[in-house]
Amino acid sequence: MLELADHILDISENSVRAGAKIIEITIEEDSAIDLLTIVICDDGRGIKQEEVNKVKDPFFTTKRVRRVGLGLPLLAAAAEMAGGSMNMESAEGKGTKLTAVFKLGHLDRQPIGNIEKTLIGLIAGNSEVDFCYKHRCGKKRFMLDTRVIRREIEDVPLNHPEVLKYIRSVIKEGLGSIESKA
Amino acid sequence: MAKLTINDLKKIKEKVHKEMALRDGTRRVKVTVHMGTCGIASGANEVMDAILQEIEETGVSDVFVTTSGCMGLCSREPLVTVEIINKEPIKYEHMNPNKMRQVFRKHILEGEVQTPFVLARGTEVVK
Repeated sequence: MLELADHILDISENSVRAGAKIIEITIEEDSAIDLLTIVICDDGRGIKQEEVNKVKDPFFTTKRVRRVGLGLPLLAAAAEMAGGSMNMESAEGKGTKLTAVFKLGHLDRQPIGNIEKTLIGLIAGNSEVDFCYKHRCGKKRFMLDTRVIRREIEDVPLNHPEVLKYIRSVIKEGLGSIESKA
Repeated sequence: MAKLTINDLKKIKEKVHKEMALRDGTRRVKVTVHMGTCGIASGANEVMDAILQEIEETGVSDVFVTTSGCMGLCSREPLVTVEIINKEPIKYEHMNPNKMRQVFRKHILEGEVQTPFVLARGTEVVK
């Protein structure tokens, strides 16, 4: 895991496995207060409070094929390495909210990486799930909500190549316009 | 949202509807890119992007891509499963964008299994 985009993909896949129908990904870059905040919020099945306390333990996992679960510990380590922290709140049956904070200008902060690939991968691979991506860089904002697209294309699936091509160009244009420096 | 507008989506919808009228829109191939932490850490995102770009470039509409979690063979990641209708699933190991493109062109489009990259045939049993 060398880029924050990989972490975002990983955590969002967790949300998908938890049966989420809508996943909100928010990135905020604030150079004035030197902070980079990533929030991933889903409406999946959530986990118990005693399990929330264990998520940073690499030997805790809810999956059954292996006895290790490295996704969250790796993100927590990446945040702590960059002068920040990771926090998770979850309510059983309601959903999970994960917040990771980084010092924007910290030398050890991982680069944000290729958000376009992450989003397209998520949308194409999980076309029954809706994604709402919000990215703020200073005062500039970009937002992509697949619910809006889904409403317009009606019976055409979200993972149809033509639709994905459109979404790809929207993301490219949007990310270009906010001039993210992370 | 960005400058690309809702009108563009309407055009896409009309275009796809026209195509659907010509073809029966069945899904001939299902490709699963394994996206557990292990897969992502070893480059599954690049592999995913490679196949999506190939689909976009060739314009095929009967191949559909999905993701799955960790299946316990983390050291063989990135793993990709190709399931062609009425044929047994093929699992490819240690994938990268170039291997993915080769599998797409040769196996998915022409039906030739790319034996050097194959890990196993058939489906895994999840405990």
